[in-house]
Amino acid sequence: MKLRRSMMFVPGNNPGMIKDAGIYGADCIMFDLEDSVAYTEKDTARFLVYNALTTLDYGDTELVVRINDLSTGLGIKDLEAIVRAQPDVIRLPKTETAQDVIDCEREIERIEREAGIPVGKTGMMAAIESAEGVLNAQAIAKSSKRLIGIALGAEDYVTDLKTTRSDGTELFFARGMILNAARAAGIDALDTVFSDINNEEGFIAEATVIKKMGFSGKSIINPRQIEPLHKVFMPSEKDLKKAQAIMDAIAEANARGSGVASLKGKMIDKPVVLRAQYLLELARMANRESWEA
Amino acid sequence: MKIQKAAQAGTVESSDIIVKIEPADAGVEVVLTSSVMQQYGKQIEKVIRETLSELGVDAARVEAIDKGALDCTVKARTQAAAYRAAESTDYEWRTKA
Repeated sequence: MKLRRSMMFVPGNNPGMIKDAGIYGADCIMFDLEDSVAYTEKDTARFLVYNALTTLDYGDTELVVRINDLSTGLGIKDLEAIVRAQPDVIRLPKTETAQDVIDCEREIERIEREAGIPVGKTGMMAAIESAEGVLNAQAIAKSSKRLIGIALGAEDYVTDLKTTRSDGTELFFARGMILNAARAAGIDALDTVFSDINNEEGFIAEATVIKKMGFSGKSIINPRQIEPLHKVFMPSEKDLKKAQAIMDAIAEANARGSGVASLKGKMIDKPVVLRAQYLLELARMANRESWEA
Repeated sequence: MKIQKAAQAGTVESSDIIVKIEPADAGVEVVLTSSVMQQYGKQIEKVIRETLSELGVDAARVEAIDKGALDCTVKARTQAAAYRAAESTDYEWRTKA
């Protein structure tokens, strides 16, 4: 299990943000070569991100690079540089079909072979940003073993739907599709950005909704969004104590040689155990074990 | 790599550097202005010269305005400016060690 609560966008042509990106505690840093970079600066951003990835130490933070769409001709140039710089994950934008992922994977594999990188080392994720992409989410999610997750890109998506971002009503279907497609494929689901960085209340409300739905995390655009987002994803002490009691009851039943465990007179089903394990693992990885005392 | 025309890369934002490269008859001349000149001036010039040398640029006039860029940023901006000035997109990306 890998924590992907927060995936922070860092514009690929901003040396100051690239330099500082590692200090805020985001689970993943996503260097962007696509929408945040002007067309005339695609080459300079590529050089900057390549040199940062081959030089700077971001510790255990997962490093992701969003490349340009392959159909623009820029995407392949991005891959030639970025695959050799070996980030953990390449994020493909505007994914419409499984074939988009397969086409990108073919290029990544070719470059890995040419560069002497073990084939399969480079992970991928696909951002879905259109009605067509949402309807193909299941096929996209299962299109490559390299995929660590799929993400919703809402700005393009709502434009495609001929609506606008509002209270989230416009995203119900896309979020449901993407989440279920990801979970059916056994990979992560990442929610879209919340662009109004001064509206923390709105951000927390949206993060709470997507956490309840089952998303793994959310793309973010500002370090200020990391702490409130991680708080939303932190299990409560009450839930953690209950999860531990469940695991203790299972251990006790096993010690007795009994296949049936119960807690406070209620039988513990397998899904309950799986949820308890997941919560405890989430808390352990988020470095909060003080509740044990 | 032969410098064909004047070109530049970078910005004057904090942590960045503007590198301007022009054709020259022979040798590499570097004129550097930096907000951290006393502490890092020599190091920045060294990175610019090494980067140009790796690209096979042996004749160029370079003017750089530094705003506290890391070495990797100096290198990235020098590479981008050199390729632009050489009117080349024949990039050679090395695999990370």
